[in-house]
Amino acid sequence: MVELDHLTFSYDGNREVLSDISFDLKAGETIGLIGANGAGKSTLLKILAGLLTDYKGQAKIDGLDVNKKNLAAVRKKTGYVFQDSESQLFLSTVYEDVAFGPRNYGCVGKELEEKVMSALKQVHIEELKDRPIYRMSGGQKKLAAIATILSMEPEVILFDEPSVGLDPKNRRNLINIINGISGLKIIASHDLDMIFDTCNRTILIEKGKLICEGETEKILTDQRLLEKSGLELPLSMQKRDV
Amino acid sequence: MSKLQQAIDNLHEADREAGKRSGKSRIHPVSRLLVCVAYIGIVVSFPKYDVTGLLGMSLFIIITGILEDLSFIKGFQRMKYILAFVVLLGAVNPFLDKRIVMQTGGVTVTGGMLSMMTLFIKGVLTVYAAYFMFMCTGIEQLCRALRCLKVPKGAVTVVLLIYRYIIVLLKEIQRMSLAYRLRAPGQKGIHIKVWGSFAGLLLLRSMERAQNVYDSMLLRGYDGEFQYEILGQEKTGKGLGAVYAAGWIGIFLLLRCVPVFQMAGNIFLSIGQ
Repeated sequence: MVELDHLTFSYDGNREVLSDISFDLKAGETIGLIGANGAGKSTLLKILAGLLTDYKGQAKIDGLDVNKKNLAAVRKKTGYVFQDSESQLFLSTVYEDVAFGPRNYGCVGKELEEKVMSALKQVHIEELKDRPIYRMSGGQKKLAAIATILSMEPEVILFDEPSVGLDPKNRRNLINIINGISGLKIIASHDLDMIFDTCNRTILIEKGKLICEGETEKILTDQRLLEKSGLELPLSMQKRDV
Repeated sequence: MSKLQQAIDNLHEADREAGKRSGKSRIHPVSRLLVCVAYIGIVVSFPKYDVTGLLGMSLFIIITGILEDLSFIKGFQRMKYILAFVVLLGAVNPFLDKRIVMQTGGVTVTGGMLSMMTLFIKGVLTVYAAYFMFMCTGIEQLCRALRCLKVPKGAVTVVLLIYRYIIVLLKEIQRMSLAYRLRAPGQKGIHIKVWGSFAGLLLLRSMERAQNVYDSMLLRGYDGEFQYEILGQEKTGKGLGAVYAAGWIGIFLLLRCVPVFQMAGNIFLSIGQ
């Protein structure tokens, strides 16, 4: 579903933000993308979403090259949940915002309403459909942002730091929701406990280079590997002094 | 509540109200836009001393306000700065044009006073017309109407983004001024020394956020086209919109060419005699 082959990217042409990244991801997988600040996680997601296209190497989504020519088709297949929900939501009510994507793809009438309501139900906020966005809490905005993506029924969903700014209850709710979503999910996060609870495979990058990929449990329990890359064991696995 | 927060809330509230009203409206946004443009054009074209003629044009504003259940007071509160500016525009006229045009009961009315009044009425009517049109269509439908009128994609996207950018900009100003005030207690406003860096940083930060909003639109299939319709307008034939536009534009032309109110006044006066 997602294929990267020797992908290299630089914003200014000098310093490589991503260097020689290659991996294949299959449909139905949930992938954790971890790494310290500035490792290149968000940049990688932006390339997959088609927001950055001046890269070297190859990036494919469902067999389509991610380039300017295929941009519309690639974007139809991918959904990107922003780190900052405020930037993702720009219309007056939840319903209008969730309907924005399907409408742009020509969906109207009953079909549109069904798609919107189905997306809202998946994130359990159907009762908020007429709520003005600016009157919602951070947790509700995050769920509404996810619903805006789900209503387009993408094959690949990219999450950029989805648990940032959420309280424990909202975070747990988000984990359950992510686990309930089908399709390929790629989650870039520092929240290793969340990665542990949601992802079956994990990719570790450091300073733009792929360090390792494999089973989430194997990577997230390797203290030496994580510390070498500027990370720590997930909190739930750290020994506590009582 | 700070003035900035109030401004942000007002914008959100207006946006939400407009969205709600536009969803229920059975009149096509193109018709509303055309009527508004025609109205503004005709109001502006009135001669500078024709106060009675202009008062006749207020019929459109009054009827639209009543039929669409739009509050004049709320409108005044939201547009008060623009209205104040409009009033100021004509404030110098009485000093420039001192020609006596009328004398009633010992009161001398100069040309400047009349032209100031017409300018004020023109300003109020055109501002209200634009405000009511926006409140009945919303920014999305307004942009859709512009595309229907073959305004280039790029220009329509700019209109849409400027509108979105105003909210983003206000929020950034609020954040930055709050951060400033918290570290400069007792200081009134922002010190002149930091205005330059404040403005520069504000521009960069708001541009970055505006870029994110635009990215979010692109990633959800936006390409400058408005292919969709708002619920409720699906069944609306173009006929209703055409009748609405033709009806109102006809009335505007009648009010512009025939001094209806003056004639009515003359009739009343002749009956009295």
